[in-house]
Amino acid sequence: MTDIDYKAKGSILNPLKNLQFLGRRPVTQPLEPRPASANYRGFHLNDWEKCIGCSTCQKVCDNATITMVRIPDIKEDPVNGIRNLRPAIDYGRCCWCGLCVDICPTGSLSLSREYVHTCTQAEIDSYFVLPDSSGMHGTYGHGWRKTADADLVDLSRHPMAHLEPPQRSDNFDEIMLGFTRQEAILEASRCVQCGMCHDACPTHMDAPEYIRAIWQDDPEEAVRQIYRTNPFPEVCGRVCTHRCETACSIGRRGEPVAIRWLKRYAMDAVAPERVKEIAAESKSDYMTGKRIAIIGAGPAGLTAALDLIKQGHQVDVYEGLSEAGGMTRWGIPEYRLPAAALARDVDVITSLGVRIHYNRWIGRDIDMATLQLEYDAVLLAIGLGLGRSTRIPGSDHPQVRKAVELLREISQGSVFAVPRSAVVIGGGNVAMDIARSLARLQKREYGTVRITACALEDRAHFLADEIEIIEAIEEGIEVLVARGPQRCEQHADGRLLGLKTWKVDSIFDEQQRFAPRYDNSDERFHEGEMIIEAIGQMSDVSVLGPELTELLEWNRGRLKVDVAGRTNLPWLWAAGDCVNGPDVVHAVADGHRVAASIDAYLNIREDVA
Amino acid sequence: MRPENYQAINHPPSHEYELNFGPNHPGIEGNYALKVKLQGDQVVEAHADGGYLHRGFKKLMEGRLWIQNIALVPRICVPDPVPMEMAYSLAVEELGGLEVPIRAQWIRVMQLELSRIAAHLFTFGGHAATTGMYTTMYWGVADRDLFLDLFEELTGGRVYHIYNIPGGVRRDIPDGYLDRVTSTLDYLESRLPDYDNLFFTNQVFVKRATGTGTMTQQQALEWGVTGPNLRATGLKLDVRRDDPYLVYDEIDFDIATEEAGDAWARTLVRRKELQQSIRIVRQVIERLPSIGGPIRCPIPNPLAWNVPAGEAYARIDSSKGEVAYYVVSTGGDKPYRVHVRGPSSMHAVQVLENLVTGGRLEDVAQIMFSLDACPPEVDR
Repeated sequence: MTDIDYKAKGSILNPLKNLQFLGRRPVTQPLEPRPASANYRGFHLNDWEKCIGCSTCQKVCDNATITMVRIPDIKEDPVNGIRNLRPAIDYGRCCWCGLCVDICPTGSLSLSREYVHTCTQAEIDSYFVLPDSSGMHGTYGHGWRKTADADLVDLSRHPMAHLEPPQRSDNFDEIMLGFTRQEAILEASRCVQCGMCHDACPTHMDAPEYIRAIWQDDPEEAVRQIYRTNPFPEVCGRVCTHRCETACSIGRRGEPVAIRWLKRYAMDAVAPERVKEIAAESKSDYMTGKRIAIIGAGPAGLTAALDLIKQGHQVDVYEGLSEAGGMTRWGIPEYRLPAAALARDVDVITSLGVRIHYNRWIGRDIDMATLQLEYDAVLLAIGLGLGRSTRIPGSDHPQVRKAVELLREISQGSVFAVPRSAVVIGGGNVAMDIARSLARLQKREYGTVRITACALEDRAHFLADEIEIIEAIEEGIEVLVARGPQRCEQHADGRLLGLKTWKVDSIFDEQQRFAPRYDNSDERFHEGEMIIEAIGQMSDVSVLGPELTELLEWNRGRLKVDVAGRTNLPWLWAAGDCVNGPDVVHAVADGHRVAASIDAYLNIREDVA
Repeated sequence: MRPENYQAINHPPSHEYELNFGPNHPGIEGNYALKVKLQGDQVVEAHADGGYLHRGFKKLMEGRLWIQNIALVPRICVPDPVPMEMAYSLAVEELGGLEVPIRAQWIRVMQLELSRIAAHLFTFGGHAATTGMYTTMYWGVADRDLFLDLFEELTGGRVYHIYNIPGGVRRDIPDGYLDRVTSTLDYLESRLPDYDNLFFTNQVFVKRATGTGTMTQQQALEWGVTGPNLRATGLKLDVRRDDPYLVYDEIDFDIATEEAGDAWARTLVRRKELQQSIRIVRQVIERLPSIGGPIRCPIPNPLAWNVPAGEAYARIDSSKGEVAYYVVSTGGDKPYRVHVRGPSSMHAVQVLENLVTGGRLEDVAQIMFSLDACPPEVDR
């Protein structure tokens, strides 16, 4: 380079050098159409099958280019996290940065290889395009799209500290130890605020808001958001069936945000006294003078109680047992939900003025007629306290027990002879609860675990949560799938020997009715001193008394209620598991619904009077 | 009129007139104007008049998420956008304590130098055009296009690459990409003698540029001149060498300098830098295949990313001079304040005003192009 003398005058013949260009190719390129590069950021493509309408693309967009448009032809499915929104692009604003593609939780968005766009005047005027999978001209295919190493969504969940099997197998200590502040903030930061969780939640918790608050290190605000819709955050923060996480858009390709654990973190992080103050913020400062009786201090009853007390009504809750919580207190083992955590939730509710009368059985200590007389409205929230029986031969043996009843005894600390071996019939969460509870007692008493759980379902259709099955197996429980119970065998002296099962071929018939078919050539015998039936529960409706039972309308053994939870009697509502089932968060949602209905009813009456 | 017949007339003061040189003028870069006061064709006074392109970038950035600014910053300097992305990313990485993977650092160096080549080709073209040599301009633009093809393949965009994000780069290099870079570099190298013939040793250029718009080293330092313009006054100052960022300390290259400090020297420095950039990219091509690993360190969800509070200053050497970003975070999800230190705001204002004053009208365009000032970067 340096040997060129840039300032030399040069030869007079220099211009002749240009003659060489006569034989050279021009530097200009021929005007042939050339495909854009494989990575080109052209116009948008959107796979409508994959797109769930989460609007994350809209949030990351620099220029507010993206508008979510409602497509009526697409079916909304909040439980599975699908909205009928699809992004439309205003190409007058788009800068083709491709951040929408990189952040898309589903991977449905990509950019095409369209170099040139020609369109009509009308299209130019609007320049507003609703991209689908074929693109504007349909012939160019994908350019810029999501790659694994360039994903802007954090697909892996932050792990939570928990007890390992040796530490937990002989005690009822809580397994999950909760997030630290740092872990919670990190986990909360994964959320893209799409609100799928809110739509999927039966009680429509403001999960995006409280996750945001946790991320901003403001757990008090999180608690405030939580209490807007759920007075059982300690419970739901531990044992909720977390439909939110099923619907979470991050869960499309990765692990969903740990919404349930974050709720628990918010409650762990704020002192109980402060929680009470926050919960009381929305309490009305006057009393209406109306009185409401609620039967059953479970999640549904207490949720309704809290809502009604906030409206200024007086609420009396009648609970048959010695502690509040219903199935959450007696049906869920302590290793999943410590009684102290539940007690904190109940404490908040009572601190607002809800009066709970313990050990008062309706029908025994107080009857429905009295309640009707003394109160303006009565809510029945008695849950599903009785276990169902398989009614197979031998199931009337005293050592054949119902799971809910046995769980209640364990929770109450009743002393009973722990069987050296046991068989659990059922594959749901209750079956896992009782199997794991008994395993702990066996481990403590005898040092070994001999429990078999027989589920009707095969592994793919198992009813219990995946983590429950994994942990049960870790704790030494034998989990068998597709086994149908046939007979409880007993010895001549009356001792229970065990359970005989057949292999299940199918559970439902063509009309999807429950009609299991068995293969009796595959018969097995499972040894057990005790057999526990965990195949479902039912309500103890005997509290109503024969007169009321006659007056009420029924629907297949359950009370018939309208959408707001009201029975055919104007003063009586019903809510929770006894009408809707089957979990805490549905009960909470139900509690809100009936409370709104009761409140509206009481206000109307006042206007008329 | 032959020069020997030309007699300077002492015009009465009323013969002084003001000429708006720009914003719509083929001799000005972008939407920028110089208001020159002339006496005949002698420039008596010059006032830079910017603002036609003002889009309030720095203020806009305060209202956008950290990641969203990535799409905004390249627009601050259109002909050489990569240093803008890079300096912003480096500043945010410093604030966030992000460790950029080695592979991404090498890719970034390659991208920076390719961008420098493309920008220099563009500038030669412009400079040549101001001296009437339009062929060089056509060549420069056509050859720059080959580099834009490379950018398209690497980053998905020809001009606005939006390829660097805090933490690394957005995509790995495509298969066979390095071979195509090599062949484009080979092609450019084979073209350099043509450019020398046509432009750099062309007496039209040499005579027009020599002694035009001369500044001394002292003046350059006082006016805040950086980059090739400063190196053209004989000072060997280059951020790549003096305050190495990315992996420049592992790369072998010379800092091109000239002594004269005039338009000719500035252009020659750029001509030499082309070769140095080619040398650097060739080293990257050699090293990159042996460097594995990720192209980006894990970053938080961009929608919920609080960059730790603090302030960071990141500077790099662009084709125009020193680009620096001063970023302040208060720990929020958006920058509290971003200041862009662009080289052109010095080159196109105080330097240009000073250099054209006392010169002649026909040199104004040439001086501006020899300074390689970029108006959008003045109006940010």
